[in-house]
Parts: sequence; C-alpha cells; structure tokens
Amino acid sequence: MTPAGTILFALAVPLAAMPLIAVSHRAPNVREAVTLVTATLLFLLVASLTPHVLAGERPEVTVLHVLPGLRVAFTVEPLGMLFGLIASGLWIVNSLYSIGYMRGNQERHQTRFYVCFAGALASTVGIAFAGNLFTLFLFYEALTLITYPLVTHHRTEEARRAGRLYIGMLVGGSIAFLLVAIIWTWALAGTIEFEPGGILREKASNATVGVLLALYVFGICKAAVMPMHRWLPAAMVAPTPVSALLHAVAVVKAGVFAVVKVVIYVFGVAELAALGNTEWLPLVAGFTIIAASIVALRSDNLKRRLAYSTVSQLSYVVLAAALLTPLSIIGAALHIATHALGKITLFFAAGAIYTAAHKTEVSQLDGIGRRMPWTMGAFAIGSLSMIGLPPAAGFVSKWYILSGAMATGQWGAVAVLAAGTLLSAGYLMPIVYRAFFLPPAPAGGHHEAHGEAPLTMVVAVSASAFGTVALFFYPEALLALSRQLAGPG
Amino acid sequence: MIAPHLPVLQVVLPLLAAPLMVVVRRGGFAWLLATAASVAALGIALALFARVADGAVLSYAMGSWPPPWGIEYRVDRVNAFLLVLVSSIATVVVIYSRTSVAAEVPREQLYLFYTMYALCLAGLLGITVTGDAFNLFVFLEISSLSTYVLIALGRDRRALVASYQYLIMGTIGATFFVIGVGLLYLMTGTLNLADMAQRLPQVAESRPVLAALAFITVGVCLKLALFPLHLWLPNAYAYAPSAVTALLAATATKVSVYVLLRFYFFVFGGTTVFIALPMAEILLLLSLAAMFIASTVAIFQDNLKRMFAYSSVAQIGYITLGVSFDSVTGLTGGVVHLFNHALTKGALFLLLGGVALRVGVVRFDNIGGIGRMMPVTAFGIVLGGLSLIGVPATVGFVSKWYLVLAALESGAWWLAFLIVLSSLLTVAYVWRFVEAAYFREPDPAVARLKEAPLAMLVPAWLLVGASVYFGLDTVLTVGGASQAAQDLLRGGR
Repeated sequence: MTPAGTILFALAVPLAAMPLIAVSHRAPNVREAVTLVTATLLFLLVASLTPHVLAGERPEVTVLHVLPGLRVAFTVEPLGMLFGLIASGLWIVNSLYSIGYMRGNQERHQTRFYVCFAGALASTVGIAFAGNLFTLFLFYEALTLITYPLVTHHRTEEARRAGRLYIGMLVGGSIAFLLVAIIWTWALAGTIEFEPGGILREKASNATVGVLLALYVFGICKAAVMPMHRWLPAAMVAPTPVSALLHAVAVVKAGVFAVVKVVIYVFGVAELAALGNTEWLPLVAGFTIIAASIVALRSDNLKRRLAYSTVSQLSYVVLAAALLTPLSIIGAALHIATHALGKITLFFAAGAIYTAAHKTEVSQLDGIGRRMPWTMGAFAIGSLSMIGLPPAAGFVSKWYILSGAMATGQWGAVAVLAAGTLLSAGYLMPIVYRAFFLPPAPAGGHHEAHGEAPLTMVVAVSASAFGTVALFFYPEALLALSRQLAGPG
Repeated sequence: MIAPHLPVLQVVLPLLAAPLMVVVRRGGFAWLLATAASVAALGIALALFARVADGAVLSYAMGSWPPPWGIEYRVDRVNAFLLVLVSSIATVVVIYSRTSVAAEVPREQLYLFYTMYALCLAGLLGITVTGDAFNLFVFLEISSLSTYVLIALGRDRRALVASYQYLIMGTIGATFFVIGVGLLYLMTGTLNLADMAQRLPQVAESRPVLAALAFITVGVCLKLALFPLHLWLPNAYAYAPSAVTALLAATATKVSVYVLLRFYFFVFGGTTVFIALPMAEILLLLSLAAMFIASTVAIFQDNLKRMFAYSSVAQIGYITLGVSFDSVTGLTGGVVHLFNHALTKGALFLLLGGVALRVGVVRFDNIGGIGRMMPVTAFGIVLGGLSLIGVPATVGFVSKWYLVLAALESGAWWLAFLIVLSSLLTVAYVWRFVEAAYFREPDPAVARLKEAPLAMLVPAWLLVGASVYFGLDTVLTVGGASQAAQDLLRGGR
C-alpha cells in the first residue's frame, strides 16, 4: 500500500469500526474483539508510516476541496507521526483496560461507549495527520463532539453540568478564538497549509502576530492553559478509561499538539524568536505549571489531583514550545509522548483502585499497596515519570526542555521547571508513601475484602508502566522524529 | 419548442394547478398535483440554472409585448440560484406534507391546503423570476395571501391570531413596497426593473427616489423579518402546520431577501443605496441586533418551534449582515447563508413536525428522553443544530467562514468577534435540546412514543444530508453565490 493509501486507511479503520461495534451490541465479546482488532490494526497502519517519515518523506493526500484553496488534506510530518503513534498505541492498552473497567463496574451503555471511543480515535488520527489548519479544526471539533457522550456517560446531574462546561469551553473557545485566528491567518497569508518555517513571514505586523498567537493559544482550549483549563477537572466525572486515554492522551494532547504545530508550521520558530514580543507566553505557561500544581497538591480526590497534574504538565509542552529553541522543541514533542505514557499509567491505577476497592480519595489509600502491588507499583513508576526522575521516560523530555532553557539563558523558565518538579513530587510521592508504608486504616464497615483489580486492568496498567520505563532506555525512535522537527526544514 | 417558454412555465404550472385542485376537490388528487407541479418547477429551475450558468440573461416577453412596455421575465444567475432553492425545498416539503398535513388539517380542507400551497409556490417563484416591479408586487400579494391562509390552517387556535398578525404586518409591508414602486414609477416612467435601473442615475439624488428607497427597504424588511420588524414571525412559525413552517422558514423570507438584493444592487445600484443613504450602517446595526437579541430570546423559549423561529430571526441577521458589507466576500457570505440556512432550518422544522405528530405541541417539558424514543429524529435535530452553530463539515461553517472573512477584509476585526460570539449563543439553545433529549428520563407519556413515520423522516433527512453535504462540497453553493454576488455588484456599478 502507498503511504497515501495508508493514511486514508488509518482514518477509515476506526470509522468503519463504529457501525461494527454498534451492530454487535448483543454480543459483548464480539464487540470488544472488534475494538481490540481495530486498535491493533490502527496502530500497525500508523506504525507502518514511521519508516517513511524517518527517511525524510512527507506522505500526503488530499481528500476533497471544500472551498477554493481550502482542502481536507493530510500530511504526515514528524510531530504528527509521534502523536499518532502514541495515541493509537495507547488505544490498544486502553481498550484492554476498558473491558475490565466497564465490566467490573457494571457500567451501562457500553456499546455507545466503545462506538464513541472509536470515533474519538478517528478524530485524533485526523488531527495528528492534518495537513492544514482547516483539517485540524475540522477534526478538533469532531473530537470535542464525539467525546461529549463519553464525558457525560453517566447522565447524572453532575455529568450534565460537566458536559456543559466541556462543550461550552471547548466549542466556545475554538469558535470564538481559534476559528477567528484561522480565518485571520487565511486573510493575511492567503493560505492555511502547514509549512516548515511558517506561512506568516513578512505577511503581518509584529502586533498582529502577537494577537494571533494569543488567539491560537487561548482558542485551543484543549491545551488547558490557564484560565482555559476549567473543563478538564470537570471532565473527570467520566468513566476512568475516558479520563485515561482522552483526558490524559488524545484530547489534551491534541490541544498541545495543535499549539506546537501552529508555532512550528504557521508562525515558524525562527520567525517568532526574531519577533521578540512573545515573552508573555512562557509567563502564562509557567504560571499554569505552578498554579495547577498547587491546586493538585490540595486536592484529596485522586482523579482531580491527576487532572490538575495534567493541566500543569500540558503547560510544560506549551512552555517548551514557547522557549523557541531547537532543544526545547525536541523536548516539547517528547513530552507529548512521555507524559502520555506516565499519565495514562496513573489514571489506570486510579481506575483500578476504584474498581477493586471503590476508593476515590487520596486519604483512603493507606496501605493499599499491599493489596494491589502491581497497580501501586505501576503508580510509583508513573509518578517518577511525572516528576522527571530516571528510570522513567519523563526524565528524557524534561532534560531536553531544561537544556533548551539553559542554552538560551532563560533562567525564569529553569526556575519554573525546578519548582514544578518539586511540586509534582509533593503531590504524587505522598500517595506512593501512603500506599506502601502506612498501615491500612482500621476496618470500618464493609471494606478491605478486595485484592487486585480484574486481570485485563492489571495487564494494562503494567504494560503502560513498562512502556514508561522502556521509553527511558530506548527513546531513539521518538528522538529521531523529534530531531527532525528541530533540524533545518 | 418549450425551451424558450421555460421562464413563464416556471410560474404558470403551479398557478394553473391551483384552480384545478379546487375543481376536483379531492385531497389525494390535490397532493398529487401539487407534487407534480413542484417537481416540474424543480426541473424547470434546474434547466434555467444550467442555461444561465455561463452568465447569459434570459429575457421572456409576456404576450410578446417587448419590454419595457410589456411584462418581462428575466432570468440571470442571481435568481436562477433562488429558483433552484425555492423549488427544491418546495418539492421536499410537499412530499413530506402528505403524512404530516393529513394529521393536522381536517380531511375536507386538504384540497384547500394544497391549493394554497400551489399558489404560494407560484407567488414565490413569480417574485423571483419577474423583471417587472408591479408584477413583483402582485406575486408578493399572491404568496402573502396564500401564506395567511396556510398559517391559519394550523391546529392550534392561536394560529388564527398569528395569521391575523401577519396579515396586518404583511399588508403594511406590501403597501410600503407599492408606495416605493409608485414613487419610482413617478420619477422614471417605467416599471421594468432593468429599464428603471438605466433611468434612475439621472434622478438618483432626488428626494422621491430616496423616499422610494426608504419605503421599499421598510416594506421588504417587514417581509423578510429583519429585526425589529420580525414581530409577526415567531407566532406565525410556531402555530402554522409543520410543513408550512418549514416552507416559510426555508423560502418565503429568503425570497424577500432576494427582492432586497435585486432593488439595492440591480435597480438602485450600490452607489445610491450605500452612499446617498447610510444603509450599510443601518443594516449592520439591525443585523447585529437581530443576531444577539433574537438568539438571546431564543434561549429562553419553551416552545421549540418558537425557539427555532427566533433563531431564524437571528440567522436572517447574518444574511443582511453579509449584504451590509457591500463587498464580493460579504455578499457571497450573505447569499450562501441564505441557501445554507434554508437547508438547515427547513430540515429542523421538518424534524420538529415529526415530533409534533407524536407529542402535539413541542415544548421542552414534554420531549424529555426523546433521544431514546425517536433516535433518528433527535439526532437529525442535533445535526441541524450543529449546522446552526457553524461546526465545520456543515453548511453553517461555510457561511460563517465568508462572513468572518468579509469582516476581516473590511478591517473590522471587532465585527469578526461579534459574529463568532453570537454563534456561541446558538450553542446555548441547541444544547438545551441536547440535554432535554438525552439527559432526562423519558416521561411516561413519552416512553411509548414511536419514531416519526418514514414518509416524514426521509424528506427531512434529505435536507439534513444536504446541509452536511454542502458543507463539504461547496462547488454549487459557494460557486453560485459568488457568481451571484459578482453579478449583483457589477449590476450596481
């Protein structure tokens, strides 16, 4: 198959899975098998593009022309390749996990859940491979809409409120700011194709570029840069597999991915660096890192703590992109991948605890590591990755971000990174400590008869933890992709 | 042999179908005839559209009296586009109405319904195709009078009051329009629009001409329901039979917009309209008011038909906003939105008709859980709502793209933000439906509901499908609209 054909096939596979999953709603085993096969197939298709991209090719395909010059088109470049690999690879693990979680908790409407999940992955692949801003916007909106039924899965009053915030902020931000920014870019540059080096060179005044950058950064609410982050903690009302894959990987990474993509391919790193009126962006990102970490520190609800940790970690990517140095761009791309692996592990663990022990608060977790050693062991590895300690993948990306900041003497950013590291140790390590070193709370009522979570969940959480460590020792493939971003062209 | 007569056949066929129905007095036959007339009208409109696609202008001299003495029918790219829109919507609606109207109108009145329907269609097509100002007024009255009857046929007794309200307002509008035409006739001595356009520049700055412009503007804006002249619209839409609401929302107001465009750009020429009088500023302000106030009012409606009626007022604001830019991009946006909104709102009202068939008056408190009971209908309404919001891959996005682009091109970046902000109000009322349909447990009364009949779902979904399809393939819509915009602006300069 030609690379162009592979791109289309990769989009078509999850889309085709949606009706298949829907019709097999009476046979849950068949339904889950469809999901697993689809996820595996998708990952293989995406992975088969990697050698082409590493060889310097940029496979592209145009699907249709919507308006003159406005196309639905896909181009696979290193950043999208990396994002596509991570999202599709983790979908396999997450599907395994979902089976255990959804059955273990006897969730209702499981068919709708799997259908929407397949749709969300199709949208994510569309975002990753988008060849221009219009295609990106199209799938960005599609991702918001298709994940809405997942966020509001329980149809409770709380879910309804969270759904309102979710749609209101994500659709609101994207229409009010992002869409205007895209049309404005079109009006200025006459094109909205992604091109290495940017498309706005000598097309706009410095002030305009500054305003445009702000519209992009705040319009892409999925990146959760403060104050556009409120939807993310609210979305935690969803079942944990949704929080794990979508609100730690696909949706939020689509946000920071879009920000990095816009910085590299619309503005141009060198152009922005020469411009010099973008100092506000590292400030905003730095503020988000610190503020969100502090909120996380004060949250007793485990998922809420992880959500604020995500808000904080996402801004590492934005900060890295905003530093505008080759090393930090590599760090930004890597951090998309490493944070994805680490955070999905943490969410998996949180969901496993909920399924096995029905515990949601950090303060309830004393001594749980003895009953759930695999789960909490994985949690510990995920925590190391969040903090940025070896032997976990988070170390690699933070290393590059930090090197970029130091190489250009941006000491403010260095300070923020250091503080962020301390804070993340502050809100994650106590959990690990409680789990392994504190005695279980005295028995109160029904509890304590639990062991590990269902097998598929344990397999999933161990696999993602293993991936986190493996990525530390073998980061070559992802590094090679990221280096292409920072290199000339 | 027939080909040269197509412009007049466009009107004559539905016009002749009407008396035939009264003679036969059978509902089933009347429906067949109305369907045949609509399909024929669609065929003719497509043929005309194809023949003027290269920019040709077809002129038809009624009774072989050469214009400007006789009545001229004149087809160019602008109104051919409209003819296709009106006749295709009419065809979809008439197919739909067989099931829908049978449930809403007494059997013995069915043939009258279709008679009025055919007359209304003839009137709308006549307004669009004619090149004569007084003839236009006549067709305006034909379509309006038949519309009053159609609205009054609604099941709800308030339909009578709504019809009466519209009768009063519509008559004022028509009177204003005819006063304007009279003043123009006074100054130019002609009623032929093309001839009038040639003669007007000599007297352009005179007071009667400016007065005529004002009268025509107010008269037509009453008919197209530009804020604040929209007061007749919500009740008329809410209480009319479902099929009528869809027809009105998708065609009647759109044809009135066409009349405005025809007079502004073709007869007066942009120079008079936009330079001698501050029409651009007035239109801009009223459009913005419509977009924000009507959308806000829509959020607080309990009756869904009223809610979407107010949404129509807001959406008309987008169309007139496009006109007020007085640029190719802006006009393209306005005209394409005219087309797109007709598809979307037509689809929405047809789907609501399906709900109305099952629950009676469609209010938020009696459609709880409808997403589970009538999944196809509810999902269609959601898709229509997304198109109103302007989500990409729907027609609403294409319109918004051009309107925002026009705002940026004219340097009014604040206006670009106002346009997108007002569409966020749309999110609010569309999401009210989503939450009612999918989050509430079905009421016991709703729990036994069946999906709407296929005969209504298929036409409705045809329009839903069109409002997605034309969001991705815009060759026909944007192509037609930008041609129309260029022709209009050239006509004026």
